[in-house]
Amino acid sequence: MPTMNMLQAINNALDIAMAEDEKVICFGEDVGIFGGVFRATSHLQEKYGKARCFNTPLVEQGIIGFANGLAAQGSVPVAEIQFADYIFPAFDQIVNETAKFRYRSGDLFNVGGLTIRTPYGGGISGGLYHSQSPEAYFTHTPGLKVVVPRNPYQAKGLLLASIRDPDPVLFLEPKRLYRAAVGEVPEDDYQLPIGEAEITKEGSDITLVGWGAQMEVIGKAVELAEEQGINCEVIDLRSLLPWDADTVAESVLKTGRLVVSHEAPLTGGFAGEVAATIQARCFLYLESPIARVTGLDTPFPLVLEKEYLPDHLKIFEAIRESVNF
Amino acid sequence: MMTQHAHQPVFLTGDEFSIPTFSLLSPEGELYSEADAPRLEKDHALRIYHAMLATRILDERMLAAQRQGRLSFYMQCTGEEAAVVGATAALDDADMIMAQYREQGALMYRGFSIDEFMNQLFGNELDYGKGRQMPIHYGSRKLHYMTISSPLATQIPQATGYAYGQKMAGDGHCTLTFFGEGAASEGDFHAALNMASVHQVPVIFFCRNNGYAISTPAAEQFAADGIAPRAFGYHMHVIRVDGNDILAVYEATRQARELAVERNQPVLIEAMTYRLAAHSSSDDPSGYRSKNEEEAWRAKDPLLRMQKWLLAKGWWSEDEEASKQESLRREVLDTMKRAEKRSPPPLDSLISDVYADVTPALQQQFDQLKQHIRRYPEAYPRGAKSLDLSVSTDADSQGGE
Repeated sequence: MPTMNMLQAINNALDIAMAEDEKVICFGEDVGIFGGVFRATSHLQEKYGKARCFNTPLVEQGIIGFANGLAAQGSVPVAEIQFADYIFPAFDQIVNETAKFRYRSGDLFNVGGLTIRTPYGGGISGGLYHSQSPEAYFTHTPGLKVVVPRNPYQAKGLLLASIRDPDPVLFLEPKRLYRAAVGEVPEDDYQLPIGEAEITKEGSDITLVGWGAQMEVIGKAVELAEEQGINCEVIDLRSLLPWDADTVAESVLKTGRLVVSHEAPLTGGFAGEVAATIQARCFLYLESPIARVTGLDTPFPLVLEKEYLPDHLKIFEAIRESVNF
Repeated sequence: MMTQHAHQPVFLTGDEFSIPTFSLLSPEGELYSEADAPRLEKDHALRIYHAMLATRILDERMLAAQRQGRLSFYMQCTGEEAAVVGATAALDDADMIMAQYREQGALMYRGFSIDEFMNQLFGNELDYGKGRQMPIHYGSRKLHYMTISSPLATQIPQATGYAYGQKMAGDGHCTLTFFGEGAASEGDFHAALNMASVHQVPVIFFCRNNGYAISTPAAEQFAADGIAPRAFGYHMHVIRVDGNDILAVYEATRQARELAVERNQPVLIEAMTYRLAAHSSSDDPSGYRSKNEEEAWRAKDPLLRMQKWLLAKGWWSEDEEASKQESLRREVLDTMKRAEKRSPPPLDSLISDVYADVTPALQQQFDQLKQHIRRYPEAYPRGAKSLDLSVSTDADSQGGE
């Protein structure tokens, strides 16, 4: 099986989707001959022509508005927003249009073919505007699906599923892992399910939940905890909207403890949604309060990024506190 | 406006208009025979030239520092110094500037010291922005230069609003906003021009048309003849200028300022120039443009063009050039060494300025963070540094203007 980094896996998924269906069209800022600022769309213009892979003018609201129209017509747009930090000019198009197209027309029209790809997350010395994790703005928007892969294998399978999904998907790519995450990825076409979490490690003492780049950080914390004899179960949600409450609840019924971690700020973060749902479903089984390990309630900093981020040591401490409650 | 009626369909494309490029200095640094030299005193001309030269040298040195791993990121103004410094020099020093991110020449002209540049670049304890933003996101209240924000074009409608406030205050000042031809595709650009025209706002929209938005060439950015014709749609004064011609940029902006301040007329200036450097230290232009194209523009270098003009006028000499370059290089290197040795901003700069006052909830998060860092100080060397020196959160050694 070939080894790929996450960018290669994403590029490979786009290649497969474009080869299979001529309705798949990739566009965004610098995605053409340059292949995107991270090179996720390398060689696609060469292979499929300028009509199917092209640079847009520098206007995010235009990119998503155009994509909505294109999807409504029956094409399968894969629109790139260069950084998730720059998605906000398109917020109106995504929240008021993409998410409500089907509902408001009584299913006369829909933009189900649309996939929006965008790199998110910190840990790259990107400061305020190249580091944010805006998932919670979008998980608060019925009509969207929100998917976040943790490694190259997941990225390829989930992206192919997103492109073929009958509903619009916001596909958040953990850019810190673009080149750092390397793993075996089948060359063939495959899909991974949207809306199903994956238990990446079984355990009995405590459940850890995360998604995207945070899974690697959780993994390091788990190593520290296991050295102290704490047996951890780890769950990658993979999809935040819809999210797989059943898998998490089942795990917490077994372990009695839950830590949820994300890079985004605490207040209004998606961990709050997980905690509320799980306390309702597992109330009598909980041995300790559900803990959230997240970014601070501040904009994303630069020089003090390390202090801001929910790193493995902070997660490890939360595990210890939970177990010793 | 009077409505004209036609009884046969007539479709217009804008090709009916042709917008000339205003230029005064030839690439050889000679005044065109039909051109009048703007009134520019020797001292003023040298102040402009020094700012352009210092910007060039700062950019060269700091890109090299980034390549050595001393700096996380850098962006050069190279090739666009005349556009940026020329426009700034035509303003009153107290006029507001709202820039995109590639306009360090404007700050240089206004007297931002090399130390001040370095403190921001290294995000140390003296950085006015408290180490929160990536390198080149400068700001200076005393020099009337709004702190840079990475999201593109957001400053353009803000400039309209700021200038409206200046008009209300009646203090005779205007705002100039810089942006690239790529940013002009954003909705914010169109909103800004429309509101400025409707409300008769003293704002100058200065577009640096440098040919590329990262990799995207202007031809894939717009189908029209550049940015300038858009002004017609908003009934706004517009001029296109050779952005590598310091005299033309200066004179065009000087007259634009008169329209803005004396008649409350917004003006769009499109400066035709070229981004000689990569978009940023993270970019490699060899993937999307040719060396030949770059060389052709290098021959139109705005700095050399002004230098030739100054030499011919006898206002500058080869010896002065050599010694100025030498002293600037030394200053940049010495200052860099100082700045990179300074401490990072204190840990509590993480939570200040989110609001005017720290909220109780955030204070609680911060107290937990301090407790955590005390447990693992070696894992957070920057945060632990100020925490160990001073347990009290009141001791704020932060830089301020």
